[in-house]
Amino acid sequence: MCTTCGCGHGEVKVEGEGHSHTHGHHHHHDHGHDHDHHHHHVDAQGDLHFGHGESGTHVPGMSQSKIVQIEQDILSKNDHLAWHNRDDLSRAGVLALNLVSSPGSGKTTLLARTAQDLGERFPVAVIEGDQQTAMDADRIRETGARAIQVNTGKGCHLDADMVRRAIGQLEPEEGSVLFIENVGNLVCPAGFDLGEAAKVVILSVTEGEDKPLKYPDMFRAAKYMILNKADLLPYVPFDVDTCVEYARRINPGIKVLQLSALTGEGLEAWYSVIEAERVLAQVRLTAGE
Amino acid sequence: MHEMALAESVVQIVAEQAAKAGAEAIKTVWIEIGELSHVEPEAMRFCFEAVAKDTRAEGATLEIIRAPGKAWCHKCADHVHVKSLVEACPKCGGYQLQVTGGDDMRVKEMEVT
Repeated sequence: MCTTCGCGHGEVKVEGEGHSHTHGHHHHHDHGHDHDHHHHHVDAQGDLHFGHGESGTHVPGMSQSKIVQIEQDILSKNDHLAWHNRDDLSRAGVLALNLVSSPGSGKTTLLARTAQDLGERFPVAVIEGDQQTAMDADRIRETGARAIQVNTGKGCHLDADMVRRAIGQLEPEEGSVLFIENVGNLVCPAGFDLGEAAKVVILSVTEGEDKPLKYPDMFRAAKYMILNKADLLPYVPFDVDTCVEYARRINPGIKVLQLSALTGEGLEAWYSVIEAERVLAQVRLTAGE
Repeated sequence: MHEMALAESVVQIVAEQAAKAGAEAIKTVWIEIGELSHVEPEAMRFCFEAVAKDTRAEGATLEIIRAPGKAWCHKCADHVHVKSLVEACPKCGGYQLQVTGGDDMRVKEMEVT
């Protein structure tokens, strides 16, 4: 396992799955083909290198080994499964939002409150990602919403396959809103498309306004930024304007919401965003996209 | 960051292609990592070596090609080169930048025996 970030596979647990199984949706679009002739490698500077072969020399017509062209995106398998997730969710008119943040930003508190408040307007389902325990899913289920826990084991992010398996277990109702609470981590989840309509990054005002510059990948990937724990603003040296300016340096189009999941301040704007995104998810359904 | 998962993808991709090509062992793998992608090349190298164990890619050399980061500056209305997401436009110093390239991660090719 990775000693720098703890990423790994093989320890993923999805609640309700008796045993892990492979599903039948792995389509590989490989275009690999091999050829025997010598290959010229161009490096980033545009220099040509002819000596990358086994013997370190270039001899026309003589080849000790073979070059196989691949040209495949490293994340192609994840992205392909994400495409299937998006397609399935879109057909069912389900809005999926991927909530990302560092640990302790208040994601679960915001979700529990949101599920409670919106549960009467439309069905809410939640996929909870954590390394261990089903505590968060239990918290969500207390609100009456349906929830499923995915334990990533040593993994530091949710991937499209985990979410696909979780959706299979959860079977979100048509027209519902599916929240995917990613593993608390401002780095790794940025690169993994899960099939969501949008990523929502949550930053609490106890964290420091420079987070968007320190973790730019995540703030670039997000459509919305929520500044949570706004009730603490009088007590902490957090400069909202600076934070928003930093976030817009990375992502000029990012939309910002300021709220407190604890006191309820600013929640109506958040709910309006969800309603609007949900309408868009329905439009896609109607348009047959 | 998540280089371990990405290294696993690389090994999976090259092992499948090697099996298709009937190759016994993979000697070198070339991947392209854009300057603006989510990958730290050194972490990638470390993870690749670990993940390649007991596969056809065991002991293979990982060659990383860096693709330059490209962005469109809305203010200058021009393409500019940026090395990271937090950099300002090198021409006007503004941040109205839209990434247009150099954020890819691709397996290019491999040398097999």
